[in-house]
Amino acid sequence: MEIKMVNLTKIFTAKDKKEVHAVDHVDLTIPSGKLIGLLGPSGCGKSTTLYLIAGLLRQNEGHIYFEDDEVSEMPPEKRGIGLVFQNYALYPHMTVRENILFPLQNLKVEKDEAKARTLEMAELVGLQEMLDRKPKELSGGQQQRVAIARALVKRPRVLLLDEPLSNLDARLRLQTREEIKRIQRETGITTVFVTHDQEEAMSISDEIVVMKDGVIQQMGAPQAVYDKPNNLFVAKFLGNPQINVFDGEIRNKKVYVNNMAIASTKLADQKVKVGIRPEGFTVDNDKTSDFKFEINLVETIGRDTTLIIDIPGEEGGLLDKHSFKVIVDASHKIDSGQTVHFNVRPEKLHLFDLNGELLK
Amino acid sequence: METKNNWRAWLYLAPMLFLMAVFTFYPLFNAFVISVYRDYLPLANEGAGTISGYTLSNYSVIFNNQLFWQAVLNTFVLAFVSVPVSIIISLFISVGLKSIPKLKGFFQSIFFLPYVTNSIAVGMAFAVMFHRNHGLFNAILSWFGISAIDWIGGTATWWAQMGALMIFTIWESLAFKILVFTSGLQNIDKQYYDAARIDAASKWTIFKRITVPLLSPLIMYISITSLIGALKAYNSVIGLFGERLGGQPYSMITIVAFVYKYRSDFAFQGYYSYAAAGAIILFFITLLFSAMQTMVAKRRVHY
Repeated sequence: MEIKMVNLTKIFTAKDKKEVHAVDHVDLTIPSGKLIGLLGPSGCGKSTTLYLIAGLLRQNEGHIYFEDDEVSEMPPEKRGIGLVFQNYALYPHMTVRENILFPLQNLKVEKDEAKARTLEMAELVGLQEMLDRKPKELSGGQQQRVAIARALVKRPRVLLLDEPLSNLDARLRLQTREEIKRIQRETGITTVFVTHDQEEAMSISDEIVVMKDGVIQQMGAPQAVYDKPNNLFVAKFLGNPQINVFDGEIRNKKVYVNNMAIASTKLADQKVKVGIRPEGFTVDNDKTSDFKFEINLVETIGRDTTLIIDIPGEEGGLLDKHSFKVIVDASHKIDSGQTVHFNVRPEKLHLFDLNGELLK
Repeated sequence: METKNNWRAWLYLAPMLFLMAVFTFYPLFNAFVISVYRDYLPLANEGAGTISGYTLSNYSVIFNNQLFWQAVLNTFVLAFVSVPVSIIISLFISVGLKSIPKLKGFFQSIFFLPYVTNSIAVGMAFAVMFHRNHGLFNAILSWFGISAIDWIGGTATWWAQMGALMIFTIWESLAFKILVFTSGLQNIDKQYYDAARIDAASKWTIFKRITVPLLSPLIMYISITSLIGALKAYNSVIGLFGERLGGQPYSMITIVAFVYKYRSDFAFQGYYSYAAAGAIILFFITLLFSAMQTMVAKRRVHY
C-alpha cells in the first residue's frame, strides 16, 4: 500500500495564540511494502506526521492517499491502519489473548476465524506461550511484540510504529529491531516508524526520511543519505561520531581549512563549511600533506583507533566545538602528542555553503 | 526497614490512636456491653444507671419487634437499589462530562452543589416537590396524563414513599460519585482511548471494556463507602418525611432511625439496651457486606 501525502500541513496553536507548524507543507510518497524510518530530532514533526497518517490528528491542509483511496477525512478506525504506541498502550486488564482479539471482536470477525488469527499472530511474534498472561507480567520487549500483534491482527493496510524501541534497554533494542524487520519482511506490510535514533533508523529501514521543523530534509536509502547529505543538518544528524565541520575557504580550486590545503574542487572561490566524516581521514605516512594536527588522545578499540584532536579557540576553524574525532585503522601506531598528517577521502568530504546547503 | 526501633512510629500514631480509642473503640465496646444489660435505666441512681443483670434477651426482643423488620426491609431496599443505580448514573454523567470539555467545569459545579448543601434542607425542598397538589413531580406526571400520586402524604403507599425516598437519595448521592469518577477518568491514559479507536471499538465497547475496567478500583471504593453510607440512612428520611419517619408513622423507618427512636425513649426501662442491640446488629450487617464486597473485589477489580 503506497502512502502519498500531498501538501500536508498541521498547525498547533499554543495557549499564547502562537502558531507552530508541526508539519509544514509536506509532500511525501512512501513506497508500498517498504519499511520507512521517519527520523529527526524531537519536535521535528515526525510523530505528528505519523498521527496524521493514523487519523488521530487531523491536518489543517493537504491530503493523504493510500494508493488511490483518499483517507484525509476518514476517522482512524476506517483507515485500516495498525498503530503501535510508544508505550504500547496494551489494555492492562486484558490478557495477551484478549488484547490481540480486541480489534477482531470490534470488527465482528467470526469467532473461530478470530481465534485462528490470534494464534497466527502470536506465533508470528513468538508469544504463543504467553497468551494467558497480563501485560504487566511480560518484559518490555514482549509487550512490544504484543502491541505489534494487536496492530497486525486486523490485517491493516499500513503499520505505524511510534518510537518503537525507545522504551527498551540496549540489548533488547538490538534484538527487537531485528524482530521488527523480520515481521515486516514476512508480512510485506508497508511500515512507517518514527525514531530520533539515527542508528536505529539506518539499521532497519529500507528508506529513511529526515525531518526538521516540520519540513522533509531528505529521503532515500540510509547509506545513500549518509553518503550524499543534501545539507549540513542531515550530514550532522546521521553518523556517530558526528561529522566534523570546519570553516573553510575555496581558493583557486583548492579547499583550505585554517590555511591548510586539504583537497581540490571544481567550485568557484568562496567561503564554505567543510564536512569530513571521522572515517574520511587517512594517515599520510610520508608526511607530505598539508593537513596536520597534534593528537591529544588516542583510543584504540578493536579494529579502530579514534584520535581526539583539540583545537584551541578559533584557530582550527572548527565549527562550534573545540575538539574533533578521527577514526583510523588500528594498525597505525600513533601516540598522543604526535603530529599526524592526514589525507582526506574525497567521497567523505562534503562542502556546504554558509546556509548549510550542499554545494554541487 | 529496621523493626526494633519502631517506638517512633507508635509515637507518631499515638494522637490518632488516642482519639480513636476514646471516640470509636470505647463507644463500640460500650454499646456492646449496654446491649446485654437487663432492665437498664441510664438515669436512675443519680445518673449512674441501674441494671438487674446481664442477658441476651434484648436481641430477641428486637427480633420480635415488627418495627425492626420494617426498618431492616426499608434500609436494605434503599441501600441495594440506590447504590447501584446512583453508581451507574454517575458513571454515565462523568463519561458524558468528559466529552464536553468546554462546559465541563460549569456542569461539575452544578452537579457538586448537592454535596455542599445540608441534606435536611434539601430534603425539605424535595418534600415540597413531592407535594401531592403543588409539587413539581406530580406537575410533570400530569403532562403525560398521569393522575396525581400521593408520594409522602398520609395516604401514600409504601412503594410511593420508597420511590420518593429513592429519588431523593440517588440525587443527593450523585455529587460525590461524579466528583470521584471524573477525577478517576482524568487519570486514565488517553492512549488507551486512541488505541481503542484504532481498534475500531464503538463508544459502548470503549465504555464497557476500557473505561469501566480501568475505573474498577474506584467503582469498588465508591460502592463500599456508599453502601455503608446507605445502610446508615437517616437524614434523608427526616428531611423528606419529618419526625413521623414516613407518610404513616414509621413507615419509612430505617435501622439508624430505629436505634435513635429507642435511644431517645431511654426513660423506659431497657429501651437504651434495645437501641444498643440495634446498633450492634447494624454494625455486623455492615461488616458482613463490606467483607463480601472486598471478596468480590479480589476477583473482579483490575488494579
